[in-house]
Amino acid sequence: MTTEAGPETEVKKESEQLGADAAKETHEEATESQENQKSEKTLSEEAQSSSSPALATQSSPSSQKKEKDPSEGKGISRFIPPWLKKQKSYTLVEPKDEAKKKPVEETPVVEERESQLPEDMAQPKGNLEEATIESQQEAKADDKEEEEKHSMSSADTQPAKEDTKEIEVEKVANEQEEKQKVEEKRESKEVQTTEIKMEKVPQKAPKKIKTVPCKVMLLDGTEYSCDLEKRAKGQVLFDKVCEQLNLLEKDYFGLLLRDNSDQKNWLDSSKEIKRQIRSLPWLFTFNVKFYPPDPSQLTEDITRYFLCLQLRQDIASGRLPCSFVTHALLGSYTLQAELGDYDSEEHHNHYISEFQFAPNQTKEMEEKVVELHKTHRGLTPAQADSHFLENAKRLSMYGVDLHHAKDSEGVDIMLGVCANGLLIYKDRLRINRFAWPKILKISYKRSNFYIKVRPAELEQFESTIGFKLPNHRAAKRLWKVCVEHHTFYRLVSPEQPPKAKFLTLGSKFRYSGRTQAQTRQASNLIDRPAPYFERTSSKRVSRSLDGAPVGITDQSLLRDFSATTVGPAGVMVFDGEAVGQTKLKNGEGRDEDGSPTKIPQLELTQDEKSLEEEITSILFSKEGFSTSMKSTFTSSTAWTAEGTVVKDNVPSEMLSASPFLQLPESSHETLNVVEEKKQAEVGIEETVVIDEINRGKMQAVTDAGETRKVEHVSKKDSSSLSSDSSSSSSSSESEDEVVGEYQPHHRAAEDTIREEQEENEDAKRMEECATKIIQSVETVQEGSKVTVEHTQVTAKALAQENVVAIKTAETNVMEEGKQDLRAEDEEEQLRINGDVSHVDIDVVPKIICCSEPPVVKTEMVTISDATQRTEISTKEVPIVQTETKTITYESPQFDGSAGGDAGVLLSAQTITSESVSTTTTTHITKTVKGGVSETRIEKRIVITGDADIDHDQALAQAIKEAKEQHPDMSVTRVVVHKETELAEEGEE
Amino acid sequence: MAGPSSFGRYTHAIVRSVPDSLGARPAGDGAGPAEPVDLAKAHRQYGVYTGILRQKLGLQVIELVADEGLPCSVLVEDAAVIQGDTALVTRPWEPTRRGEISSIKKVLEELKMRVVEVTDDGATLDGSDVLFTGREFFVGISKWTNHRGAEAVADAFRDFAVSTVPVAGSSHLKSFCSMAGPDTVVIGSSEAAKKAMRTMEQLTDHHYDTLTVPDDPAGNCIYVRLGPKGSALLHRSPEEFPNSLQPFQKLSDLTLIPAACSEIAKLGGALSSCSLLINKKLDR
Repeated sequence: MTTEAGPETEVKKESEQLGADAAKETHEEATESQENQKSEKTLSEEAQSSSSPALATQSSPSSQKKEKDPSEGKGISRFIPPWLKKQKSYTLVEPKDEAKKKPVEETPVVEERESQLPEDMAQPKGNLEEATIESQQEAKADDKEEEEKHSMSSADTQPAKEDTKEIEVEKVANEQEEKQKVEEKRESKEVQTTEIKMEKVPQKAPKKIKTVPCKVMLLDGTEYSCDLEKRAKGQVLFDKVCEQLNLLEKDYFGLLLRDNSDQKNWLDSSKEIKRQIRSLPWLFTFNVKFYPPDPSQLTEDITRYFLCLQLRQDIASGRLPCSFVTHALLGSYTLQAELGDYDSEEHHNHYISEFQFAPNQTKEMEEKVVELHKTHRGLTPAQADSHFLENAKRLSMYGVDLHHAKDSEGVDIMLGVCANGLLIYKDRLRINRFAWPKILKISYKRSNFYIKVRPAELEQFESTIGFKLPNHRAAKRLWKVCVEHHTFYRLVSPEQPPKAKFLTLGSKFRYSGRTQAQTRQASNLIDRPAPYFERTSSKRVSRSLDGAPVGITDQSLLRDFSATTVGPAGVMVFDGEAVGQTKLKNGEGRDEDGSPTKIPQLELTQDEKSLEEEITSILFSKEGFSTSMKSTFTSSTAWTAEGTVVKDNVPSEMLSASPFLQLPESSHETLNVVEEKKQAEVGIEETVVIDEINRGKMQAVTDAGETRKVEHVSKKDSSSLSSDSSSSSSSSESEDEVVGEYQPHHRAAEDTIREEQEENEDAKRMEECATKIIQSVETVQEGSKVTVEHTQVTAKALAQENVVAIKTAETNVMEEGKQDLRAEDEEEQLRINGDVSHVDIDVVPKIICCSEPPVVKTEMVTISDATQRTEISTKEVPIVQTETKTITYESPQFDGSAGGDAGVLLSAQTITSESVSTTTTTHITKTVKGGVSETRIEKRIVITGDADIDHDQALAQAIKEAKEQHPDMSVTRVVVHKETELAEEGEE
Repeated sequence: MAGPSSFGRYTHAIVRSVPDSLGARPAGDGAGPAEPVDLAKAHRQYGVYTGILRQKLGLQVIELVADEGLPCSVLVEDAAVIQGDTALVTRPWEPTRRGEISSIKKVLEELKMRVVEVTDDGATLDGSDVLFTGREFFVGISKWTNHRGAEAVADAFRDFAVSTVPVAGSSHLKSFCSMAGPDTVVIGSSEAAKKAMRTMEQLTDHHYDTLTVPDDPAGNCIYVRLGPKGSALLHRSPEEFPNSLQPFQKLSDLTLIPAACSEIAKLGGALSSCSLLINKKLDR
């Protein structure tokens, strides 16, 4: 796959992103606009003609077919507007059809979104379909890769391909148009675009493929080298390695990135390697990822052999502690497997010292090994391996993946993730254990990792236990490992799209591979003669490894991981606030680094998952949001209310409450909050800390409505943890703010009973939510609400209720990590109403529903349900009698961009923070419109207070802060909503 | 790595005679009630006990001579933790008892055990705070044993999970619990015992059946596998704890052997305290 076109395109894109070619843009814009007007077909043709040279290159015929490769396809795809895609699908016959089908489906989805409310329901289906298609495509892509390569050489020029090219061009043109429209926002747009490209690329044929040499350290100490297409996903490399190894039962294994960290960073096979590895060299280590609890159930000896190799490394490096006796016994089996029967003539005294059996190997041990070796006479290598594994599997640390952490008191502990659950160690002692069935939810926020545990027999409430990880990345890594282990060992099949009741909040990341159950099933179908393989002497391995187990130790080659992270453009993007959304997504756990690239992947990749999941997506908090994050997560009353609404609307969802209409996920958060309140035991300390922080902020904020405060406090009291999640103090590092949640039980194959329990829990939650809603309503009455997108809570408490909503919409076209932050279109939406519920609901920009003047222009992200939800909320509202005043400031820019098509919702997330007098809700919505992705951040700040506040000042402050937080984005709309309670309280 | 299958198999037992100083031992030592020890009765019970080990359990009993300077030396269990070929000699909380270690260590070395010592001066560890279930260790964090002592256990027996169990008061972990089979834990009925059991259930990856007995001291038994013939359970005599007999009778596949240990109990000891059981096939 070495066509030039592919790479070139990328390069160009990047440059565009950078904003280097303004001229291009204008050029493109013109073309685009024209094209848009024309019919699709016409458009396509014109686009071709008009397309810039760069586009032409992209369309080079030869590679297009080949390009089904996901990664490349994405690049192209980004340029393709949905409708264009449709055409393609129709037009093209051949393998590509599948790929194109996707786009077609997507289009409908987009439309639906435009229509928004009613059709949301349908969207998930569409996504599923897409997902399916994607997977198919991927599979094909893999198959075809080789073919493609061959074909590459022959440089084929097929008509079909040409067609594709044209289409692509068109798409590009369209994209460009969009870009132009949004010029200011370009940077951000570019980012998004990139993402899109990533997704779609697989479908289209690559023109020229750039390859990257990569090396994989195998378990026997040898190195496997190959060239990978630059945009290849992890799966491609993994499959190649497994093929090289002749390994069929490969689901237990994985590839590690070789970096400086002493932690295992697994290559996500569903994402592009490039995005995960950033600037690191393409060096990987093939390792066991999931240790089979019973190796005897593995089907093939070759699989057991590799497991043995892994364990020998683990033991020699000390990662898997053994007693002296066990070291000797396992060593003796190793000798038997590799050398055969003991031969006194052949095996002199020193033959053994060439092997490494233990970190601290003594002469005594070697003698013991020899002694035991003699007793294994007659064992075949496979038998010796089996004995080895039978003994190794009993070791208490077998298959336990350890992570450094601190408990709530700051004591150093280790968290061990294993097949059965989560183990807590202090020094070498096990001090606690949480079996998977006992864990209701796993989440992380910034550098904190939380597990919510089912109440013990005598306890009434669930408790959430928090651990402090060294940094955000470590927290995310732990979270991902937990998600993967739970899925692999406990579920029959990987989690599917989130119909389920409990969604994951934060990160979309899920284990996408086969579960143990599935891999066992698949293994049973293996029907091939036992493959011959040569056992490499572990001598070499031990030598090479010496002290530095491959996965972990080998770092000399690598750059400083952290440094790397920072350096790459991708990183930059994340850092950029504009990218913040992206970051958030990343944060969810997919990619630790949160490189821009990844983000796109996330979205795309996850197309497979239902919309809900996507939507749910992770709650991230960026720097911009950090402030809000800082404030306690405790659900603001308003939220609760909203959440309730959601429930009503979407009964099917288990989620008890989704605060925001738009996002089911957000509801999760709400749920969490509620639950947290319940928790009394663990995490109290943390909570306390949080509280302090909050208070501090609150003071800063100014006066606070006491009402709020009171509620807040009370909540905290009831549940020590209430705000743990938000806890993280303040670090405003962008990455740190990420949040990810995972509720293990969902689909757990485990017990029906459990599920039932969960349902019960849900019911409880519902009730709670309802209760809260009421409370919230009350609260609202008194307070003033200020909603500012991008803005942190700045407002002061008002006797009146002021709602200020500032929405900023950014359309960003991103190319790999570059982000310049340009201002982009801003959309202003109106928030209206005096309804309390309304405020809460606003999450979706377009939809905002208000009884009054629904000014909302629906452009981008809309959640169909929103209206319904709104209504519902409204219903509840009645309790409060308020006087409402709404002022909307809208920037003109918005309209222009807004008009067109509703985009496809890629992701949406909601972050809420609360301080005494203010509640800040941040919604981040990512939409793809015709190949351009738009990120919109909406912040709502609700200020509640009994004191008079200059809400104008508060608004100004809020806007200012928002701008500061998201320099790359522009404020498109500011809505100030003031509610004054009429009768009671006599305020104003 | 002795698997669970070999749990309860022993070949040797180390015991130590009752010193006359036992009767003169000042009470209230933490374990001992004010009630004076009936020395003669103690000798008698000890005699019965060793007789059972020899004749009913078929163990080779290694009897150390009494040391009048070490009144508690009869409680040999506190001096070492033994699993498989590895023996960890402990570091008792009571400084006066540390003198008991050397002779025990010597015997263990003579038995070709891999002897490991507690090297951490900050560690305290009594062997009767260590419960080995055949699959894992539980170490009671008690008045007698601290976290660092438990670490010593974890360090000595790396193959196994070593979990800590808080134990309140002046009890040892095994003051109220023990194994009555490979998968069965005998547990007393006190709140402390129940709490410890809950903790252990929380910490283990394995499921253990529990046999609850009304009296905490009756929770301390000795389970011995007698080879293919079956297994035996040495438990406190019905004379001492009549109510606890019935639960044991549910263990139908076990040979129940009652033994009294009322005098040793006054020192805080129990049945298991009076012996160190070893599974060692000596070549010669």
